[in-house]
Amino acid sequence: MEIALSIITGLMILGALYAIHAKDLLSSVIACGIVGYSLVICFLLLKAPDLAIVQIVVDTITLIIMVAVVLDSSREEQFSKLDTNGYISAVTAMVIIVVLLYFFAVSIQNLDVLGKSTLRMAEHYIEGAAQKTGSANLVTGVVFDFRGYDTMGEAVVLVTAVLGVLTILRLKGKK
Amino acid sequence: MKGMTIIVKKTTQLISGMVFLYGIYVIIHGHLTPGGGFAGGVIVAGSLILVTLAYGGDFLKLVKEESGTTIVESLATIMVILIATAGLLFGTHIFFNNFLPKGIVGHLVSAGVLPLYNIFVGTEVASSIFIIFLSLIIFKEESPQ
Repeated sequence: MEIALSIITGLMILGALYAIHAKDLLSSVIACGIVGYSLVICFLLLKAPDLAIVQIVVDTITLIIMVAVVLDSSREEQFSKLDTNGYISAVTAMVIIVVLLYFFAVSIQNLDVLGKSTLRMAEHYIEGAAQKTGSANLVTGVVFDFRGYDTMGEAVVLVTAVLGVLTILRLKGKK
Repeated sequence: MKGMTIIVKKTTQLISGMVFLYGIYVIIHGHLTPGGGFAGGVIVAGSLILVTLAYGGDFLKLVKEESGTTIVESLATIMVILIATAGLLFGTHIFFNNFLPKGIVGHLVSAGVLPLYNIFVGTEVASSIFIIFLSLIIFKEESPQ
């Protein structure tokens, strides 16, 4: 499974790189879709169907909205000449990559095998959760019972985001 | 906003009801099968977006729809917080207390208040995503060409 995950992660990295460098904005949006749908396959391989459902639906709706925006405005990138001094940025990128790889190598020795680790808190959640919450789906039991505050926070975050969108996208009250 | 061609309209007639019902199913069975309020709410919003994109609608109707959806969203959020506060009144006095009887694990009516949370969070998510979409369309219609 780790080989399949590595291949899919490589595909995601390629898609993200192409999305940055594409000349056509429509193909850039579609390349963002590669990242999202590969993430869905990763979630399914790691046995997280709840996350996979949410990710596939949200990604589809985001793609629809982005494609509509690109088709409505322009398909060519504006302000494409940002960086002229490529040498300094290449050196900076190399330094950051080396530092990141060093810290990954240090931290990866303390991790368990992928998908096998259980934290002490998670063991308490799993053990007898169906009797404690009465819900057959463990994820819903954790999200709405043990972690109710978090879910309320997420709901309020969505309301705040909608308020922000409604405030920005209005022309009537503006001068 | 203009609608699309007759082929898209007919296909939307056939599909959108199914998508809506599937979203309701995911919301209601949230405590039994994978899914839940967030996933089902986004599916319901997807069916509404499909109908709006296919059929279009004039400006006044869209504005009316948007203000109505805003009220639904706020009411759903308030209901989530009210149910959470109602846990303070019954049994052990804890915020987010599961005060209803649990029932048998695996039945449709079980798990106390969790299905209620799922239903209201699903309504809230569906209406918020639909509001974001509608406000983008209204912005495009309103802005001078």
